Formats: sequence, C-alpha cells, structure tokens
Amino acid sequence: MIEVRNVSVHYGQKKVVDDLSLTLGESELLTLVGPTGCGKTTILHALAGLIPISEGTIKLGQKTVTAHKTIAPEKRQVGMVFQDFALFPHLTVAQNVSFKLKDQRKADHWIELLGLSPWRHAKPDNLSGGQKQRVALARTLAHEPAFVLLDEPLSNLDAALKDDLRWEIRNALKEAAVPAVWVTHDQEEALSVGDRIGVLKDGKLEQVGSPEACFSEPNSRFVARFLGEASFLPASLEPGSNVATTELGNAPAAPVNGASGEVDLLLRPDDISLNIVDQGNGEVIWSRYEGSARLYAVKTDDGATVRIRCSHEKVAEPGQRVLLTIITTHPLAVFARRDEAIAESTA
Amino acid sequence: MKQWSPSYPFAIIIALIALMPVGVLIWLAADSPQLFDARNLDILTNTISLMLLTAAGAVILGVPLALLTSYVKLPWARFWLVLLAAPLAIPSYIGAFTFYAAFGPGGEIEQMTGINTPVFDGLVGSSIVMALYTYPFVMLTVRASLLSLDASLVNAARTLGMSLFSSLWSVVLPRITNGIAAGALLAAMYALSDFGTPAILRLDTFTRMIYVEYNSFGLSQAAMLSLQLLVIVGLILFIESRVKGTRERPGRSLLLWPGKLRTALMLLAASPVVIFAIMLPLAIFILWLWRDGAGNFELVYAWNSAYAALFAAIAAVIFALPVAQAAIHGRFGRLTERVSYLGFGVPGIVMGTALVYVGLQLSMLYQTLALLVLAYVMRFLPLAVGTIRSTSERLDPSLVKAARLLGASRKEAFRRITLPLSIRGIVAGAALVFLEVMRELPATLILSPLDFETLATYLWRVYEAGYFGQAAIPGLLLVVISGLALAVMFYGERWNQTDIFEEEPSVS
Repeated sequence: MIEVRNVSVHYGQKKVVDDLSLTLGESELLTLVGPTGCGKTTILHALAGLIPISEGTIKLGQKTVTAHKTIAPEKRQVGMVFQDFALFPHLTVAQNVSFKLKDQRKADHWIELLGLSPWRHAKPDNLSGGQKQRVALARTLAHEPAFVLLDEPLSNLDAALKDDLRWEIRNALKEAAVPAVWVTHDQEEALSVGDRIGVLKDGKLEQVGSPEACFSEPNSRFVARFLGEASFLPASLEPGSNVATTELGNAPAAPVNGASGEVDLLLRPDDISLNIVDQGNGEVIWSRYEGSARLYAVKTDDGATVRIRCSHEKVAEPGQRVLLTIITTHPLAVFARRDEAIAESTA
Repeated sequence: MKQWSPSYPFAIIIALIALMPVGVLIWLAADSPQLFDARNLDILTNTISLMLLTAAGAVILGVPLALLTSYVKLPWARFWLVLLAAPLAIPSYIGAFTFYAAFGPGGEIEQMTGINTPVFDGLVGSSIVMALYTYPFVMLTVRASLLSLDASLVNAARTLGMSLFSSLWSVVLPRITNGIAAGALLAAMYALSDFGTPAILRLDTFTRMIYVEYNSFGLSQAAMLSLQLLVIVGLILFIESRVKGTRERPGRSLLLWPGKLRTALMLLAASPVVIFAIMLPLAIFILWLWRDGAGNFELVYAWNSAYAALFAAIAAVIFALPVAQAAIHGRFGRLTERVSYLGFGVPGIVMGTALVYVGLQLSMLYQTLALLVLAYVMRFLPLAVGTIRSTSERLDPSLVKAARLLGASRKEAFRRITLPLSIRGIVAGAALVFLEVMRELPATLILSPLDFETLATYLWRVYEAGYFGQAAIPGLLLVVISGLALAVMFYGERWNQTDIFEEEPSVS
C-alpha cells in the first residue's frame, strides 16, 4: 500500500513535480506515462528517497515520509529497476541477484523463474539487453521489496524484445504480489500493461484511472491525443442530453466537465466506418497502408479532418468521395469548443 | 541542491601546496642581479629550437605510424602498437646516454665495426633523441582521432574517384589537425622540461643551465632561469588548452587490406624507429654487461629507488583521492584539479630548485627523504589524479543508488560497489607514479639525501665520471622498469580512448 498525498519536488526554483496525489493497492501495477520532461523519473526517485520532496507526504506501509522527516533509501524496502539496468559489473548474475540476501534460495527462485539459470555465473557485460533486464528484475524481486519502481525498463531494448518482456515483467510482478509503479513514455506499453494508468504533463497528474477509461473518456484533449490517434469533430449537444449531433450523424456522448452547446466530439480511428460512395460526405486526403488495415485522413464537407482505420480491402485514392458513419455504441467524449479550450488552458 | 563536497578542503590544501614552488621561485629570483642577458638569449634560442625540432620530428614520425597502426590491417596488430608506443615509456636520457656512447670517434660503433660515425650531441643530437622518444605522443593522439573518424567519408571520396592517398590528404588530414597539434604540444612540453637529454648531449638549454647554476651555488640565478622556463611552459599549456577535440559522428573506422609485400614494406619502413629507440640502447647495455660485468653497482641503489618510489606512490594516491573526488563533484573541484596539474608542467629540475630552497629554510627537511618524496608527489600527483578520476567518473551513479535501494548503507555501498570498481584505477595510478619515480633524474639529483644513490642518479654519476661500461645494470633495470610502466599504462584505464583493447562483443 502506497499513498502519495500532495507531493511536490523542486530542482532549485523549478517545480518538477506539482501536487501529486495517488494511491496504490496491494499488488496493483500503475503505469505512469507522459512526454519527455514531464517528471516521471523524478517521481520514482522521490518515492525511492533518492531525491528529497519539498511538500506533501508519502505513506509506505507503516512508514511516512514528509519534506522534513525523510527515510534513507535503504530503509524504505523499495525495489527499483533502472533504465540502464545498473547491474554491478564486477559481480556475477548470481552475486548480483543475491546482493544483500542471506538466504540464497530466494535468489535461486527468481533466477529459475526468469530463465536465467544458464547465465548464473556470467558477468553482466556478457549478457544481452533482455537478459540484463531479467537479472535486474530478479535482483529487485529477490530482495522482497514492499513496492517496486520501474524506470522505463524497456527503453534500452530492441523493439522485437519489448513485447514479450513486457508481459514477462508483468507476470513476475504479479507472482511477487507487490505494488509497482512503472514509468514509460510509450503509451501503448502503458495502456496494455497497467492495472491503472496515470498520464502526466508538466509534473502534474492529468488523469489516473483504468486504461479503458483513460483511453475512451479522457478528461482533457492532451490525454486524448497522448494516448492514441484522436480527431475532433464539431458537434452540438443539448444541456442534459447524451446524444451529440454531428454532420456525420448522431453519436452517444459523454460530456467532459459538463460541456454542452457547441462542442467537439473525440473520434478514434475505429469509431467510424468508411464506404466508397460517390455522393458521400467527405473526400480522402491521404491513405496509409498498414498491412492488416488502412488509415485514411478524410476532409468532411464541413471542413473537419478525421482519421479512420478500416479494412485494407477498402481502397480509395486521394480525392475519392467517401461516406463516413459513426458506428460506435459506447459514449464518446465531448469537449467544449476548441477556442474556449485554448482560452482555458492559457488562462 | 548543490552542496560542498567534504573533499573540497583537502583539495584546496593540496592545490595550495602545488602552487608553492612558483611562489618560492619568485621569492628567490628577486635576489637575482639580472633579469635577462645575452647568455639568456642563447639559452632561450637553444631551448626553443630544441622544442620546435622535437615537435616537428615527433609529427614526422608519429603521423605515418598512427596511420599505419590504425588503418592498416597488420598481422599481430597489437604487438606492433605496443612496440611502437614503447619509446614513450623509456626516459629519453637512456637514449641520449647510449647514443652518446655509441656514436663518434672512439664510440662503441667504431670499436665494434671500425665504421666512423659523426659525434652525436648538441642541438641535432638532442632533437633526434627527443623526437625518437616523444613521437608516441603524436602517434597515440592522432590514432585516437583517426579511429573516431567514420570510414564512409574516405570511402565516399574514393567512390567519387579520388585516390587513396589524396583522399587521406584532403579528407582525413584536415580532421585530425587537432590530434596532431595535441600530440605535438605534448612532445614540445617534454622537450622543454627534460633535463637528462640536453645535459648528456651538452646542449645549453634552460634545464641544463639551471643545474649548472645550482652546482655553482647560484641559487637565485637558477631560480630566475626556472621562472623564465616556466613562462614558456605556461605558454605551451595555454596553447594546449585552446586546442579542442572535435566531436565526430561515431562510426566504423577505415580498414585497409594491403597485400603481403606492401605490409612487409610498411613495417620495414617503420623498423628504424624501433631499432634506434629500443634496440640500440638495449644492445649497448648488454654489450657493456658482457664486457665490463656489473662494475661497482650495488643493489642498494635499486632498493633506494624502489622504496622512495613506494612512499611517493602511496602518498600520491592518498593526496589524489580527494582531488579526484572534488574534480567529479563540481566546477570548483575542477579548478583545484587544474591547479594540482601545475606540478606536471613544472620541470623536475625546477621543482628541485624550488624545494632545495625550502629545505634550506626549514632545516628539519634539508636533505631528507621526506622532501624528496614531497617533490615526487607534487610532480606526479596528476598521474594518480587522472587515473583515479577517469575510473570513478565512469562509475555509473545508478549502481550506488541500486545498491542502496537493495538495502546497503552508504558505507556498505562504498565498500562493495565503489571501491571494487575503482580499485583498478587506484592501483594503476599508484603503479604509474611508482614507475615514474623510479626513473626520475633531475629532482632526485638535487634533492636526494647525502649518499642516497638511485638507479637514475647512479647512471648520471657514471656519465659524469666517463666510466660508461658501469651503466649496464642500472641501464637495463631502467629499461625493464619502463617496460613495466608501459604495461601498466596499457592495462590501466589511461589509454582507453586509444582502443588498445577492443571491448568483447556482448552475446545477444
């Protein structure tokens, strides 16, 4: 159980983490995602006690950390998996994993479980990236931490390796049944691997929730764009109604911050269908072949641009007239009209 | 967030000690009647000529050898590289001594073969010897720049129709000028501060004349000459600080595969360097050993060298640790590190002159081993600082963090992670200082306690007395020690940038 309340971190005068609050249940995996420089790594280092916090409290089980009363990193029972693995180069795999352990069996358990037995006596320099990451994970989990922090654990690895290792790490964390915070800049990784996901922007938590909720009901345009391809279609919404009217037809709506009147409807590329009909209601601007699918950008007759992903069998050249239909049955997020949104965010 | 490192106070004290010789010299020189006279002009001309000729010779030898060792696929490439770098580790006075004895009427070559050879001394002789022992500076710095160049540039030039030689000339050469300059400046510095070579080959440079003045009790004259020399040294150091390394996009470096015959010819062309710089001194010493035996050499000289060097090595490491720590820690620390580097620029003979005056003032230090060790430490501290710093710098900070997060205290993290990972640098630093001290001549000559003869000073006495044959054992020992120094340099982290040991590819 981790509870972070109103935590801020300063580098000199600069506030890098701003009023962060979140809680983490037993064996819950939270992914934190955000663009470069949003304070992700700083949050981890603050939780680990590697940098001091300037405001707020962190509750780690029975222990409480504040700006004035800190706990040394080695007393926090925290496990951390570093971006660059941080394996001790002069020690073998087995020695790394059992660094502070008296009971060798715990180390053996994780070496076995992560398939590292053949490299037990190898030095880290002779391991591949994926093996190094497994050793780092084994070392962390063997020390039975009360919670685990993962700092972009996959960013130094080949793309081909990332997919499998992602699930291997998740399974290992679940096996160990510890709460974990996993920081990444890859939104796909964050969505797929986390029990919950938190989206960060400029040191602030924009939204935290289940991956599904954050993806389909983002509470800001930033979150909507950051988590996946997003188009915004002008619509109108009666106050109190949950059906938005657009030029492409009606759609179930979920207003964000009570938006109504002139609004923008968030469309993901798979919320719309595309049919090649010469009358149609829009015109193809470009198409991108993606193997199993095609991604189209279509300009509607009212001048909005939307992206649609559809079967690769539907072939349309730029300039082709097409008919777009909103096909989704789940409510779509609706934001107050763009100009107001800009005014809001700059205020 | 920035705090003062606990290493700072120590670093400041050490930096102040490093500044002390300059202060002493200024104080001393104030008594000197003349600032500069006609005699000084001669000395200045000789010194500058020697410096320029040495630098030029080092470039002429070093650049082609760098090309050879970095771009040509040679059989036993590593062996050739080490062999060609070896003269760097041999003090040039060994070369000067043996060349002087080998050439000229009545020299060993004439005695053995009957062939008349010209006398080997003066400006020409000194410059040749110096160039033979300083070209590895140029070779290693140029090699480092060559290896950092992406081969695709040369390949592009060649596919555009340029010959290999002209693409090397017009594509590679302009990009390694900084490497050449850096190496040439190191050679120039060596030429300025070396005492043994001009002294043995009788060229009146600053270092030789300082010793002459010192011997005729003209301490303030010696101090004045020392200061003048330091001005030139400072100038060279200033120019050196202006030479910046260029950053190149990393890539695979060029590799050429000439035929067997051409490879053999290239190695043959390089062999005179090895023959003169390494074989000739060895041959002369072995000849003497065979003809004259051990002479009146006593083992105690080697023992004296060794334990003075051991003290100096231990002291240098103890002093270097806080300086290296401070240098990593921040801007102020880097400044103190720079200051401690002064000692390296102060020629041994100048250091000796300054400290002999300190000894005269503080009689408890006069002619003691402590004063000698102090001189060694001040002079060679930068060697220890450099090696220790480069290993601790490369220590990934997340390793210590990882250790602490696994539950190790600050102390335990230092003991189990930091120390084992930097011990190599510490040992290498100590070994370098030890081996440098073993071969040091001028400061030892001036500062050694009464009847305290070391290998180097014994060699000097033999030269002064003219009984060359007795130099066999100390000469051979000094060459062996130089070989060890070379091994430490290549083993240690110091030359890592020259890629002597390519990293093992990791299994994936």
